[in-house]
This record gives sequence, C-alpha cells and structure tokens, in this order.
Amino acid sequence: MNDKGYALVQGNEACVEGALAAGMRFFAGYPITPSTEIAEISSQKLPKLGGKFIQMEDELASMAAIIGASLAGIKSMTATSGPGFSLMQENIGYAAITEVPCVIVNVQRGGPSTGLPTSPAQGDVMQAKWGTHGDHPAIALTPNSVQETFEYTVKAFNLAEKYRTPVILLMDEIVGHMREKMAFKNISEIEIINRKKPACKPEDYVAYKPDKDMIPPMASFGEGYRYHVTGLTHDETGFPTNSNEVSEKLIKRIVDKVEKNIDDFSYFEEYKLEDAEIVIIAYGGVSRSAKSAVDELRKQNIKAGLFRPITIWPLLEKQINKVSLHAKEIYVAEMNLGQYSLEVERAACKNCRVKKINKVNGELITPEEIIEAIGGNYEL
Amino acid sequence: MKKYEIRLSGSGGQGVILASIILADAAIEQGLNAIQTQSYGPEARGGASKAEVIISNNEINYPKITKANILLSLTQKAYDKYIASLDKDGTLIVDEGIELSGNEPIKVYKLPILKNALDKFETNMVANIISIGAIYELIGEDILDKDIMLRSISGRVPPPTVQKNIEAFEEGIKLIRGYYE
Repeated sequence: MNDKGYALVQGNEACVEGALAAGMRFFAGYPITPSTEIAEISSQKLPKLGGKFIQMEDELASMAAIIGASLAGIKSMTATSGPGFSLMQENIGYAAITEVPCVIVNVQRGGPSTGLPTSPAQGDVMQAKWGTHGDHPAIALTPNSVQETFEYTVKAFNLAEKYRTPVILLMDEIVGHMREKMAFKNISEIEIINRKKPACKPEDYVAYKPDKDMIPPMASFGEGYRYHVTGLTHDETGFPTNSNEVSEKLIKRIVDKVEKNIDDFSYFEEYKLEDAEIVIIAYGGVSRSAKSAVDELRKQNIKAGLFRPITIWPLLEKQINKVSLHAKEIYVAEMNLGQYSLEVERAACKNCRVKKINKVNGELITPEEIIEAIGGNYEL
Repeated sequence: MKKYEIRLSGSGGQGVILASIILADAAIEQGLNAIQTQSYGPEARGGASKAEVIISNNEINYPKITKANILLSLTQKAYDKYIASLDKDGTLIVDEGIELSGNEPIKVYKLPILKNALDKFETNMVANIISIGAIYELIGEDILDKDIMLRSISGRVPPPTVQKNIEAFEEGIKLIRGYYE
C-alpha cells in the first residue's frame, strides 16, 4: 500500500474484501473462470476470520448451501459465471420466495453454454432479472471499477439483508480480472446493514408476517424460533397454501418490497450530461470505453454525455426517462446483442431515438467503435 | 509524464501476466495511476498469453491498450500476432530467437532473455523478470523508483525465489545497458 492508502487490487479480490467487510462468513461455490479468484481468496481468508468456505459439487448445491447458511443467520455469498449462473436459477427463485438474504456474484463471460471461458461479455443482463421462473423481485448491481466492486459488494449485502432477498452483483470479465488502484477503507467507516430480527418471544413468532415496511423480521435457525421454510406459496406461518388471495398478496408483497423502494438504491453516474445531445448509456466494463469516447467526442465539439446505471435491476425508469427528455439520441453500448437497450427504449417512451452498439466477439467494445457508431449517424 | 502503454506477450506459463502485475504494482506504489489487464486461452500452459499495463498520472478509463509504446514478445507466435499493435515510434523488446518480419520500429532490442534465464539462473521461470528489468531500464528511474520495483518483485514472487528474481531483474537492466557496447 502506498502512502496515500492505495494498493494494486484485482476486481475479484475487491469483491472478496467487500464481502468480508460487509460481514460475509460463509461462501459456497464451484470455481469457474473468470470468477475463480473470488472462491480462491474466500477459501484463504474466511477460515482466518472464523468463517466457513465449502467447495460444493456444483452450482445448484452452492446456491442451496448459501441459502441454508443464511437461514442459520450467517451472511453468505456464492460466485460464478454464465454456466454456473444458469444452474443457480432454480434456487435463486427459492431464495426469493422464502425471502432469504444472500449475494450471488456473476462475473460474466462469453455465452451461451460454456462459450468463451476467458473473455468478457454482458449477455446475462436479462437472466439476472428473469433467469428464475415466476414473478419475483430482482436487484442487480454492476460496478465498473475495482473500487466500486468493493463498495457495491458491501451494498449488495446491505440490500440483501435489508430487503430479505437475493441480490446479484453482475460483474464482467473486464472488471473482475482488471487490476487497478483501490483505497482500503477503515471498516468502521462503512455502513453495514443487518437483517431485522423478531422482537417477540419464540412462541409468538409468525415467520412471514410483514411489518409495515413489507419485510418480515427474520429469526435465525438455532435461536429457538421454529418455523417452516418452503418454495411453495405459503401463508404468514410459512406453511403451503392454495389460497388465491394469500398467493396474490405474497407475490405482490415480495415484488413491491423491492420495486416500491427503488429510490433507496438507485445508483448511477452522470458524466457531462448537462448539455448533452448525444447520450451514451453503458454499464460495467463497457462504460469505461464510453467515458473515453465522451471525452474524445467533446474534443470534436460533439455534445456527448454518459449515463451509467449501477443499479441495473430494477430498471432506473425515472432517470432514463429524464435523460430521454433532453437527449436527441441515446446510444446503448453493451457486450450483448441488445438486452438493456430494449429496456432503455421502453423507459424513453419515444422521447428520442434509441440506438444500439453491440459486440459479442469476446472483446471489450472500444472507444473508437463507439465514436464511429455515433460519428456516422450524427447530423451536425 | 507521457502515458506508457506496455504490452507483454508470450506463451502461457512464461509469467508475462505476473510481470505485468509487478510493473503495475510498482507504479501504484509510486503514486501513479496504473491498470493491468490480461487475456489468455483456456489452457493452463502453452497457448498465447498477453498482458497489458497502462501507466499514467491521469485517470485511466478505457483499460486496454490502443497502440503499445513498448512491446515485449517472448515467442514467435506472440511477436507475429502483436507487432502490428506497436506504435511506429515505440520500442520493441524480443527474445533473440525471434525472427523479425521487417516491420519493426527503429528502436529494437533483441535480447538473449530465454538463453540467459537458463544459462545464468538454470530456470526459464525468471525470463519474465529479466524482461521487466529491461523494460524498467527503458522507462527510466524518473518514472519508477528502483527500490519500489525491487519491493514489488519481492512481494509478488514465491518467497524462496526472491534473491534469484532480484538478480534476474538486474540481468535485464544489464542487457539493455550493454546492448550497444
């Protein structure tokens, strides 16, 4: 570490540091490029802090293990890439309906299937929202630097704990494998949120009875509070029900507790947007290319700006709509064939044209490619 | 200072990624900005391996190299693949076993990196550290303090090999200094 407190850190390493700072004491996973360092470093660091690391037989089991650990009161995380993320989907839905806080890191690589194991992609954006079946809440965050990976891993845990829901940290190979400077913060300066515990006696505990904030207090297994956990639609006691009324209420509540609180975790960056006529929307690794492109376009007297969502799910509809009111054109640059751009188009409500810049060859979109795409279409 | 865009290339297992990490680490310790990235194939050994370091005193957004101003190639395959990405005013460092295509910049250092690693250190494992000795000598002490470089090497190589690697680093410096003699 240098005298200003900076050290060279890898994105995946920063993720582990953030998780440990947030209070992670359980990790279960199955190593996969480009997320492997997260498992590797967790296995080195967790035992020294009294935590547990388990390498599971696959990603289905990894996801099941972190749900179990979290039910026992331990902050838990798993990390994977596309192929493993697909296998985790069933149990992500289980965590959503049973309202078990947990963090799932997906360091995206080229897909589908085993695809391009060592190359970056952003093809799992829609999967992060709709990968598991049924209506369910989804929170996904996309950091674009090593420092942000640390900070947003902490926030992912905080949101999981606060809203009792699985939270996805949607990284990509660029951010996960890149090394750059990071400032190690004093743990006491970091805001840590822990799940709300029941104030009542064990015999009065109704496990899924929500407070006014729509979130039920959560007892840890082993503390004397007994309750039933099931993936079946359940009533407030936690036992299955076929009641249409109870089912509708439950699904609406678990979705609303997240979506109605979006203002609490609407994270984004605006860069040179004040007078921007051309707005690039990009996230994760690509947003770094976009920022370089904006600087270059400005030199050419093109009024360009960047809107960078960090909260990628739920969609930042309000902010994107505002951007669309002032922009002539929006360009959505992403390493997929246009997953987020359709959402942007929806939020822009035809206020301006929404165009796509896409790449799926396993390479990061370059600033030049963004500039060319814009330059060719720009009417001076 | 100018922005340094350094590309290190070789085959998997030669340690070019570690070499790039050591350079970036030293730059950060020095208080500069640096970004290190890499690309490699699914194999653990063999296959093409490429690592990049950008050193600047400004903010670095786009993390990859556009035009390298220093290119290191330890294998023919890596040289053939990346020579086009070297700036025409840039510097090329290659192992002496590499056949040049004739499209090189003016500043070319053809060094016995792999041979000296084996002859003087009895292991090709130090070829990467000899290489960063050469790069360090070309970048200059104005940018990176030598003590910081040595600390960075010591902190990133396996502890029993620290002394050997420091000597390998000095060997790289000597190869550049003695190049025109």
